[in-house]
Amino acid sequence: MSEKLQKLLDTQGWILTDGATGTNLFNMGLEAGEAPEMWNDWHPDRITKLYQGAVDAGSDMFLTNSFGGNAARLKLHNAQSRARELSRISAEIGREVADKAGRDVIVAGSMGPTGDIMLPVGTLSHADAVEIFEEQATGLVEGGADVLWVETISAPEEYAAAAEAIGNIGAPWCGTMSFDTAGRTMMGVTSNGMVDMVNGMDYKPFAFGANCGVGASDLLRTILGMSAANPDRPLIAKGNAGIPKYVDGHIHYNGTPTLMAEYAVLARDCGASIIGGCCGTMPEHLAAMRKSLESTQKGETPDLALIAERMGDFSSADDGTTARTGETRTRRRRRD
Amino acid sequence: MSEEEDEIILSELSDEELTLQMHDDLYDGLKEEIEEGVNILLERGWQPYDVLTKALVEGMRIVGIDFRDGILFVPEVLLAANAMKGGMAILKPLLAETGAPRLGNMVIGTVKGDIHDIGKNLVTMMMEGAGFEVKDLGINNPVENYIEALETGEFDILGMSALLTTTMPYMKVVIDTMVEKGMRDDYTVLVGGAPLNEEFGKAIGADAYCRDAAVAVETAKEFMAKKHNQVSA
Repeated sequence: MSEKLQKLLDTQGWILTDGATGTNLFNMGLEAGEAPEMWNDWHPDRITKLYQGAVDAGSDMFLTNSFGGNAARLKLHNAQSRARELSRISAEIGREVADKAGRDVIVAGSMGPTGDIMLPVGTLSHADAVEIFEEQATGLVEGGADVLWVETISAPEEYAAAAEAIGNIGAPWCGTMSFDTAGRTMMGVTSNGMVDMVNGMDYKPFAFGANCGVGASDLLRTILGMSAANPDRPLIAKGNAGIPKYVDGHIHYNGTPTLMAEYAVLARDCGASIIGGCCGTMPEHLAAMRKSLESTQKGETPDLALIAERMGDFSSADDGTTARTGETRTRRRRRD
Repeated sequence: MSEEEDEIILSELSDEELTLQMHDDLYDGLKEEIEEGVNILLERGWQPYDVLTKALVEGMRIVGIDFRDGILFVPEVLLAANAMKGGMAILKPLLAETGAPRLGNMVIGTVKGDIHDIGKNLVTMMMEGAGFEVKDLGINNPVENYIEALETGEFDILGMSALLTTTMPYMKVVIDTMVEKGMRDDYTVLVGGAPLNEEFGKAIGADAYCRDAAVAVETAKEFMAKKHNQVSA
């Protein structure tokens, strides 16, 4: 099943994924606090429209509307018993759209985090997390997903649990983390740390990388950090369309289609081959990204100064990939 | 360093060394050691309030600084807060008995339409870790929940969290309602969440936007200190 991804990479050199799910659904009337996954059942026409928007804009691949479709997240809406079913439907709708596209379009089954913190600092056990992910993964594969797509993960333990769950059903997968805290994930994983983590896994993803996070600049810095650690598989860059701004009671992402077109080319120059958007990325952004990727060749690896100049400043001075130069705390003897 | 030198007997340390050791033990999230340290200081005749402020709160302040500076991350902070809680459990009844001054009470919740809770939970744990009393209203709170809680008169600080760009404007609804009811100025209103920024905090009339849980704690402390100064002035 991941042959489809490989084939596209072989023929095209890169893959354009989709953009935002939430931002698009809110524009179609989704109320804040509602579970988007319920729309797979209630409004399949709108989900078809969501997927179709990405396909028509030139995406080679789109994610299913199942990000929060695991039992732990659905529990907040008293729908925990529907995780497998809602995930399955999200992929079925996707399959239909992809098969009608008239070209190779990949359906990627989205799997977001459980929202719980894992043991020992939190309450979720590894076994429970595996069970939760396996249930969702099973539904997505039943519905016809070509590949499973784990995204926005912060904790290495959760990434490992998802990998094990997907390994249990033998499906191909990709997995990205969200680097939103001073260039690291909320749980402290650095970009090069993720490369090491993936290298050490038993059931490896086809591709890995970063999604969401802060702005386009930070995301590209993360991809640069991963490239520098010599990954042995494709890198994924799915960044937000700029940074959300509050204007007259409404939220706007400040990334224009022009900026995202430039971001896509820079992402490829940084070493990513599977490129797309995340929050705030609409079909018009995707179309501009497709155009810029097609009309240019992969260029030289940019440096941080160039990224900041083109995409804006970074959210933090460093991202944990270089040795700390500042003062470190003088510690007393450690007790064990 | 040999294994023998590694062994530290807490009860053999001087007060000053023990306090410093407790800061390190909090940093490392060692709950049992913190509980032992608290008990030793109490046995030596320390006031519960001094144990709280000099050993625990000061230790968590260091954790907060390193969290803010990107040296520690969420997992370490949660372990530290958990160790702090162990010490607090011993001190709490004693603090009540001795009528020690309280740092402040906070009510916190994620706003209506938003079901995210990790950020809010972190703030709750860090605030408790710093010695504040926190009532957690949970997720998806309509304005009535906040007002009802504030009207009990138990709280000094209102904390609101939102992780969605679509739900963050609801914070303004809550603040506007407080203004209408003439109760806005009785409280310190702190807001936080990934898509927020300082500009947004100002625009909706909050007292402060807090970038992360460590900043929330420091900001709460500042506002409580100002409030105490006003009362005594």
